Amino acid sequence: MVEVPDEVIRDLQEKATLLRRHILKMTHQVQSGHPGGSMSACDVVTALYFHILRVDPEKPAWVDRDRFVLSKGHACPVLYAALAERGFFPVPELMTFRRLNSRLQGHPEMGTTPGVENAAGAEGQGLSFGVGLALAARLDRKAWRTYCLMGDGEQDVGQTWEAALAAAKYNLDNLTAIIDRNGIQQEGRTEEILPIEPLADKWKAFGWNVLTINGHDFRQILHTIDEAHAHKGQPTVIVAKTTKGRGVSFMENVVRYHGAATSDEDLKRALAELGEVMP
Amino acid sequence: MNAPARPWKMESQRTYFANALVHLGEGNPNVVVVGADTTESIKTIAFGKKFPDRMFNIGISEQNMVSVAAGLAAAGKIAFASTYAVFGAAHTYNVIRQSVAYTKLNVKLFCSHAGLTTGMDGATHQMNEDIGLMRGLPNMAVLVPADGPQTGKATLAAAERPGPVYCRFSRADFPTVTGPDDPFEIGPAYVMRDGSDVTLVGCGIMVSRCLEAAEALAAERVSARVLNLPTIKPLDAASLAKAARDTGGIVTAEEHTIVNGMGSAVAAAVSQEHPVPIEMVGVRDTFGESGDGFQLLEKYGLTAAKVVEAAHAVMKRRDS
Repeated sequence: MVEVPDEVIRDLQEKATLLRRHILKMTHQVQSGHPGGSMSACDVVTALYFHILRVDPEKPAWVDRDRFVLSKGHACPVLYAALAERGFFPVPELMTFRRLNSRLQGHPEMGTTPGVENAAGAEGQGLSFGVGLALAARLDRKAWRTYCLMGDGEQDVGQTWEAALAAAKYNLDNLTAIIDRNGIQQEGRTEEILPIEPLADKWKAFGWNVLTINGHDFRQILHTIDEAHAHKGQPTVIVAKTTKGRGVSFMENVVRYHGAATSDEDLKRALAELGEVMP
Repeated sequence: MNAPARPWKMESQRTYFANALVHLGEGNPNVVVVGADTTESIKTIAFGKKFPDRMFNIGISEQNMVSVAAGLAAAGKIAFASTYAVFGAAHTYNVIRQSVAYTKLNVKLFCSHAGLTTGMDGATHQMNEDIGLMRGLPNMAVLVPADGPQTGKATLAAAERPGPVYCRFSRADFPTVTGPDDPFEIGPAYVMRDGSDVTLVGCGIMVSRCLEAAEALAAERVSARVLNLPTIKPLDAASLAKAARDTGGIVTAEEHTIVNGMGSAVAAAVSQEHPVPIEMVGVRDTFGESGDGFQLLEKYGLTAAKVVEAAHAVMKRRDS
């Protein structure tokens, strides 16, 4: 396994902080959207878009690109922020999020936003979609890989487990699933709404290679994705333990920030914590 | 298009579908099939035997089937997803909506066991609501071929058409009312018999019932036009409006609920273009039951005699 230089980690951390600031501003300007689950997934998405994925912003439809499927569609602010910073569309466009005539829909729309690979919003469809992509890549003997980011709330959805069975049946080692295990869904703690633990054991029992990490530790994220690439004959799922609202002290682990934007005053405080002083 | 001479051959739509799939598979390596533990019954297994690496039987997981097909399509495949209509169109509705219709992906949902002719399996398996479900979805083309040959042609046409297509057909053998060389495109209504007093619009097995009804009406000196309407969406509003203008009354006949089915689509179009009296023959807002498929058609009023009755009702309303 290749050692990742410290400066690479530092760059990713800075990029993630920038994306978190975008998430806060995007949801604040329209007083709508889902900051909490966008911030919990932010480090994983940053690692993918700024270190792992072979994508080309100049050619979003490049046939040999890696595919990133955002199954937890409500976390699209982090995806849009990553795509904009990666050059798929202009960064100022982020501030049109959820507004009339914007390309940045409240939940991802395929074909509208450059770089968005799937439609999501109704939970639990993304992994199946990823299975289809991975089957196609294998059929065509292509080296591109499919990554699918799920929420832990999506572990409630039956279709997630249908997809898990299918991926195991076809030994899809070109498919890497990541669960953003922040422990909170819309109405409360996952273990109170519908207990899903022991989650890693369930995925093991479904025939997957399971790796559990701290989803905010870039070194672990990169190493684990490398490990997933090296693992043959089985799909890999990475259970990324994260904190909802990660990066802003008063948003962390607060159920309300699943689907609530910050107030003007809180936005200032939040951005200050992320190193940006507003006038 | 003229119906072949009677007696009509009884043929399997599934067989024509399966043969067309194999034909497609031979010509295009990007054609793939996803099944859900019904591949023998729906006969997609023929494709699987010929092209094992392009056939994915993913078990009784129809929602998964639809999204897997969408993923395959997103990577450039022409993905047929096939099972019974009740599972393929109803159990999966929001998955079709988000993964297929919203994305405009190249997924072809081909579902058998539509309608009462599913027979003995009973109401749980008799899908009488799928036309309504599917025609409500933006971007979705909806096909109801009349017989075996038309089902084969619909399969080929669906593969040619970019974007989502839903096609429903029966478990039962249907009378073959179209010829092997008759044209088929997605869109047009086909005049099976010309007439000037009333128009009978049928889809699926009811095309044969409309043809029989037209013969019975001819014996009473009533000249009935018969339209075979295999494409419910996009609807051939021009042919329907012409029929309304030319004949002044329309009967629709479908093996489907009259709530939001083909008849509703026709009525909506005709009422905007050239309103005339319309009567609908179909399942009357009820579930089916177990029994022989053709006896069920009798019991639920999906017969040539009911089409004749409806034609008289239309003409009476028009002339009163």
